[in-house]
Amino acid sequence: MDAIFGVPTQALFGQLLIGLINGSFYALLSLGLAVIFGLLNIINFAHGAQYMMGAFCAYYLLNTLGLGYWWSLLLVPVIVGLIGMLIERTMLKPLYKLDHLYGLLLTFGLALIIQGLFRHQYGSSGLPYPIPTQLSGGQSLGFMFLPNYRAWVIVASLLVCIATWFVIERTKLGSYLRAATENPALVQAFGINVPRMITLTYGFGVALAGFGGVMAAPIYQVNPIMGADLIIVVFAVVVIGGMGSIMGSIVTGFALGVIEGLTKVFYPEASNTVIFIVMAIVLLIKPAGLFGTQR
Amino acid sequence: MAAPITAIGAPAQDADVAHQRIAFVIMVAILVAAPFVVYPVFLMKALCFALFACAFNLLIGFGGLLSFGHAMFLGTAGYACAHAAKVWGFPPEFAILYGTAASALLGVVTGLLAIRRQGIYFAMITLALAQMLYFFYLQTPFTHGEDGIQAVPRGKLFGLIDLSSVLAMYFFVLAVFLAGFLLIYRVIHSPFGQVLKAIRENEPRAISLGYRADQYKLLAFVLSATLAGLAGSTKALVFQLASLTDVHWTMSGEVVLMTLLGGLGTVFGPVVGAFVIVTMENYLSELGQWVTITQGVIFVACVLAFRRGIIGELGHWLKKSL
Repeated sequence: MDAIFGVPTQALFGQLLIGLINGSFYALLSLGLAVIFGLLNIINFAHGAQYMMGAFCAYYLLNTLGLGYWWSLLLVPVIVGLIGMLIERTMLKPLYKLDHLYGLLLTFGLALIIQGLFRHQYGSSGLPYPIPTQLSGGQSLGFMFLPNYRAWVIVASLLVCIATWFVIERTKLGSYLRAATENPALVQAFGINVPRMITLTYGFGVALAGFGGVMAAPIYQVNPIMGADLIIVVFAVVVIGGMGSIMGSIVTGFALGVIEGLTKVFYPEASNTVIFIVMAIVLLIKPAGLFGTQR
Repeated sequence: MAAPITAIGAPAQDADVAHQRIAFVIMVAILVAAPFVVYPVFLMKALCFALFACAFNLLIGFGGLLSFGHAMFLGTAGYACAHAAKVWGFPPEFAILYGTAASALLGVVTGLLAIRRQGIYFAMITLALAQMLYFFYLQTPFTHGEDGIQAVPRGKLFGLIDLSSVLAMYFFVLAVFLAGFLLIYRVIHSPFGQVLKAIRENEPRAISLGYRADQYKLLAFVLSATLAGLAGSTKALVFQLASLTDVHWTMSGEVVLMTLLGGLGTVFGPVVGAFVIVTMENYLSELGQWVTITQGVIFVACVLAFRRGIIGELGHWLKKSL
């Protein structure tokens, strides 16, 4: 079994792995967008910039404080999440009573500022971030070589995604959150501090982006524009999945990563555009998205 | 309680038209005199962006649809026009028509997809479709990738006027801009424009009154795409270049910024916004990333404190709609 449909198995599984890795990031980021959108009704355009901030934050921690990957994985989501909460408190809060499009415009402006500042400082070349020693090397699976770190990225993001799903769909805290999504005024009347919940939710969504950034740092280089193009693909993923369901965004994220990877094998010219083509087809067949409800 | 509103509303609209005409005359006078004072190429650039912003404003300001992918129309028309003029040797008027038609066609296809969702989704879908086209133009051979289509001949307009003269080109661009501007003005004040506003304010109600909201939205989208294409074609002839910059998402963001800064839903706002932003970029261009940062700061400031934009604030202050 050296080839499937005339494609060497090595190449096929290699691209499948890259697809799963990209899919992990699509899933993490679209999950964050979905969580934020659910409660705030805002599309967080700064999500890509916040993902980039996560990677840079890990880079700073390593090069100034000497804190390695594992500390970063723990601290960076907290730091980036806190910055997110500050943004929510100072800038997003006054916009809730306005058209939701203003939130999109504001976060777009923030993304420009953040990316501009980092590019001013670091240009557009990447900075290297080492793979943690515990995860260097890899396994030979017979049909392909699997680097340990890449396996870790897939497993870890899957775990984080499922944990998020569990918290939102299966715990009491999550039930408050879902209730506030349906009817914030009523939930507030029951004595739950909805504004604080909104701040924490935004912070959590942003923290997911920061977490994604740390995971990405050793794979892609730490780069001021690493989130800029990615966020547009994630938007397409969100349109395909529909933002109604948490599990939906996870499944769609991974599935589209795999589809993109397979396209690279069979028709490389379309690998950049395949996700957008899928989006167009989904819009024709099911405008609300695969897992979404029209609202 | 409804009676006084209509009583005030009806004459106010006539008054609006009257002082909008005065403002229009002032604008034309300034633009006719400007090339003798200011560098004409800069003015032509600003005029192309002004038309682009006006086209965009037709959609957001009067249809309530925020397109985050309008660069695809600017860029597609630019490529089509440049290719027609350079490779096929079209005269400028036909090259522009061809570019504009290409944009209109793209508007039909993307519009049919995008109007299936509203609000935030509409913005994300247009952005994603524009990104798809960006990758397409990056790979397809006729655009020459990163180099773009260079040295596009301006040619002779109607076989008579040589557009390689800067002033001839300027007044041609001004004529194109004014034609586009007047068309948009006419559309806004037509029954079609009124229905569009009604749909923006309350879509279910407009539908229940018997208007086919989707058809109105699609027509507005195609019209906006066509006029953005007109701007893009003209821009390609002015700079004799069609490049990837015009299809990139930053360009889509820029037109949103121009319109927001000038005033969403105002008649003259996009023109003012375009001139301000193009001037700003001219002065800051040597400072590299500061252009992007300043754009971001203007976005944030406009959204937080200045949602009416320059012309909107001016109109509010004068108690007139401009």
